[in-house]
Amino acid sequence: MAPVGRPDPLSGQAPEGCGYRVGDVKIELLYWEGCPSTAEARALVDEVLTTHGVEAEFDVREVRTDAEAEALGFPGSPTIRVDGRDVDPRGAANRPALNCRIYHLPGGRISPVPSRDSLEAALR
Amino acid sequence: MTLAPGAEAPPFDLPGVDGRNHALSDYGDASALAIVWSCNHCPYVQAWEGRMRQIQADYADRGVRLVAINSNDAEHYPEDSFEAMRERATAEGFDFDYLHDADQAVATAYGPERTPEVFLFDRDRRLVYHGAIDDSRDDRSVQRHHLREALDAVLAGRSPEIGETPAVGCSVKWRT
Repeated sequence: MAPVGRPDPLSGQAPEGCGYRVGDVKIELLYWEGCPSTAEARALVDEVLTTHGVEAEFDVREVRTDAEAEALGFPGSPTIRVDGRDVDPRGAANRPALNCRIYHLPGGRISPVPSRDSLEAALR
Repeated sequence: MTLAPGAEAPPFDLPGVDGRNHALSDYGDASALAIVWSCNHCPYVQAWEGRMRQIQADYADRGVRLVAINSNDAEHYPEDSFEAMRERATAEGFDFDYLHDADQAVATAYGPERTPEVFLFDRDRRLVYHGAIDDSRDDRSVQRHHLREALDAVLAGRSPEIGETPAVGCSVKWRT
């Protein structure tokens, strides 16, 4: 039996009841250095991947200019995408800009990083 | 350059969201004056805003005034325009003055780097505390209430135990 959260080596499938994606998962973390939340966002991704045994390609990319923000559709730092899809669709269409992104957490709290729940949901 | 500990508060005269101008001298009766560099669009500011309101409410009867100043470049960040400031102050029920430093002259004089970032002045308008409001953007995790502790010290006629902390937040958006 494969370790919890890791795909079974014979079937390549996630253990029953786990529900997390296996294989060919690509995560992008886009950040702007003017915002101090990058380390926290990176730690969140690392921790969720480790906790659930998800093996993914994890790219970290700096957005340096307004033109890059526009070209990448970067709505603020940090932006985390799983296979190209924003983990927080609510803010994904915001005006591209070099700023810190606002995340609305359950219960009404404001955060500079997405919720763990939203990242986990994107990986299921 | 950021104001040094003990520095005198540079003067200002800025429009507020209440439609009036507010000068440093207008706060002459305040027992302490906390000037917070702030803005509309920053998640760190929004996470701390409720605590800013509560501090003003809790210390109002002891003559403390909290004033927020937004110096961000509204051309690049329209969420920080004066009109947007008015809307946010109304929507959030700010109990403190919210002033617009459109030409960034006041920010240049004080030297904030982040939002939110506090400059606390005593009755003589000397800088006695500079930095973060407290030690966590998550109000459930706060261990040290830096601004409250500094206010308590100033109101008791003492120097704050901690005079400076690193402000955590968005960068001030300077005009280029």
